[in-house]
Amino acid sequence: MKAFTQLNGVVCPLDRANVDTDAIIPKQFLKSIKRSGFGPNLFDEWRYLDHGEPGMDNSTRPVNPEFVLNFPRYAGAQVLLARDNFGCGSSREHAPWAIDDYGFRVVIAPSFADIFFNNCYKNGLLPIVLPADVVERLFKECEVQEGYRLNVDLEKQQVTTPSGEVFSFDVTAHRKHCLLNGLDEIGLTLAHADEIRAFEARHREAKPWLFV
Amino acid sequence: MAAQTLYDKLWHSHVVSEEADGTCLLYIDRHLVHEVTSPQAFEGLKLAGRKLWRAHSVVSTPDHNTPTDHWDEGIKDPISRQQVETLDANIREFGALVYYPFKDKHQGILHVVGPESGATLPGMTVVCGDSHTSTHGAFGALAHGIGTSEVEHVLATQCLVAKKSKAMLVRVDGQLGRGVTAKDVALAIIGRIGTAGGTGYAIEFGGSAIRGLSMEGRMTLCNMAIEAGARAGMVAVDQTTIDYVKGRPFAPNAEQWDAAVANWRTLVSDDGAVFDAVVELKAEDIEPQVTWGTSPEQVLSVNGRVPDPAAESDAVKKGSYERALQYMGLSANTPITEIPVDKVFIGSCTNSRIEDLRAAASVVKGKKKADSVKLVMIVPGSGLVKAQAEAEGLDKVFLDAGFEWREPGCSMCLAMNADRLEPGERCASTSNRNFEGRQGQGGRTHLVSPEMAAAAAIAGHFVDVRTFA
Ligand code: SF4
Repeated sequence: MKAFTQLNGVVCPLDRANVDTDAIIPKQFLKSIKRSGFGPNLFDEWRYLDHGEPGMDNSTRPVNPEFVLNFPRYAGAQVLLARDNFGCGSSREHAPWAIDDYGFRVVIAPSFADIFFNNCYKNGLLPIVLPADVVERLFKECEVQEGYRLNVDLEKQQVTTPSGEVFSFDVTAHRKHCLLNGLDEIGLTLAHADEIRAFEARHREAKPWLFV
Repeated sequence: MAAQTLYDKLWHSHVVSEEADGTCLLYIDRHLVHEVTSPQAFEGLKLAGRKLWRAHSVVSTPDHNTPTDHWDEGIKDPISRQQVETLDANIREFGALVYYPFKDKHQGILHVVGPESGATLPGMTVVCGDSHTSTHGAFGALAHGIGTSEVEHVLATQCLVAKKSKAMLVRVDGQLGRGVTAKDVALAIIGRIGTAGGTGYAIEFGGSAIRGLSMEGRMTLCNMAIEAGARAGMVAVDQTTIDYVKGRPFAPNAEQWDAAVANWRTLVSDDGAVFDAVVELKAEDIEPQVTWGTSPEQVLSVNGRVPDPAAESDAVKKGSYERALQYMGLSANTPITEIPVDKVFIGSCTNSRIEDLRAAASVVKGKKKADSVKLVMIVPGSGLVKAQAEAEGLDKVFLDAGFEWREPGCSMCLAMNADRLEPGERCASTSNRNFEGRQGQGGRTHLVSPEMAAAAAIAGHFVDVRTFA
């Protein structure tokens, strides 16, 4: 997994609550058996004026000039600013894959859906929960200030605005450690293989019907 | 020992190890695998030279991409076919307890197939790369959806890295009225707590109305827990659970049965167990529900009217109401019963079990689809459900009414196969998500129970099934 330590990036505001994973990456793109290449289809139905299908040449499709991702001022954005319950709906990991493939490294919202939140960490993407009033202010600042950037420091667990205001965020010690070091979680877990085997033996003994 | 919730018991009996910050390795008993969220996981295993930790924990079938008609012609869409064939190949290489390939008589939606085969048992931890895995919590199991990286992780280690959620009790006491179903209870709960109301929680559904539900009804309810934001929903074990499991192919054999049942009987929240949040509803207050917007929380009783965004003070809510009305092509204050439908879909892991089909058929019997309704699709949840329905003559009831009787699969629940809405088409659907584009780009979905969907198919618009004759 890609490590995440610190970033100073342009912020793109997506002013909608309950953005679901179907909207992040529509289902027709889930037929891919690969992990990469979803970036051009991130928010496909909002981003383009035609209907997207896998295998299309996205560079020739008509873009929706009213969708925020297409505003020139947000080109190259690495921080996605979002509203409540971001990433709700289907568990598809294609959603963080698409966000990551597009170039975002951080998503900030007042709240996230659980599965999406979890999936981000598995892909080197940092989801940050900030209080609703703070997020509201960031939206306002982002709107008035062209080229608005945020500095995100995972080690310090801090988001810093251009004016120097600092907001702290929570992250569990385990996730922070994995993300800072880009660790392969399967490898980490397999270091506990003996414990897993011992648990499994006890479990089988107590509830043999679970092991048909 | 302090009084424990059902969730506490399920969690603690599966913890392999725990870190200082509360992150646990949780042992997984059952892993359900389908074609959409697994290819990248198997690829990861291959690249790292890893094997399955316990192949016998895996139960698998393709469901999302499979067509629901013309099975003799195979899967026409080449990309869908490749995904299904990739699953075939991966299972062949890595193994499984059981695999039901495309066209097998058991094939169907995983969340229907698992329980009906007895592969889902009380007390299990169940995961699947699909958010509606919460369905299996109906058995007093801890079941939740996971992402593809976690699918790979569970395949390789039999464990999930997880932190315990908070516990919420949703208690529904009383007697549900005639024509009011588990689906209406689920939608009413989501209407009350919102689609993020359960975020961070595992929900236990309790109370006399829940105990009165069949296993099918409990599965419908737990299925929708994720639409309330909760990764897991669950119902305590009782005689209904045990009777359902008995005799199924993967249920405990006669030798182990009594010990298993004795263990299962403990899978209830203790008296005095403390929940982090409690929500109470009265069964008598719940009426048949219909969603009007593009989120399951945008739901009303069938006798309600589409809300007016102008009356909403919260700016974010107002904006999403306006957007929803525009997308849905509805105007404020329209009575729900005046909304016409173009198509009707009865199916999905929420409502495609035999009881759902029986309920729909009882409304339809002897009647005909309205001429204005273009298509009514009945998609059974599995091959076994289909066979059972045909044995009971339900297929005839539907066909006589002018409905289509299809092969099992996810179908128009998410429109990954050929079954989908055209832009602007309006659908009464028994599925679980009414998000923009869920059933086809520009398609408009109203979530309802099977009875309500069937009645809308006959009337051509939504009707209160309680007064529909
Ligand atoms: S029926 Fe719908 S919700 Fe259920 S597993 Fe299939 S696609 Fe997902």
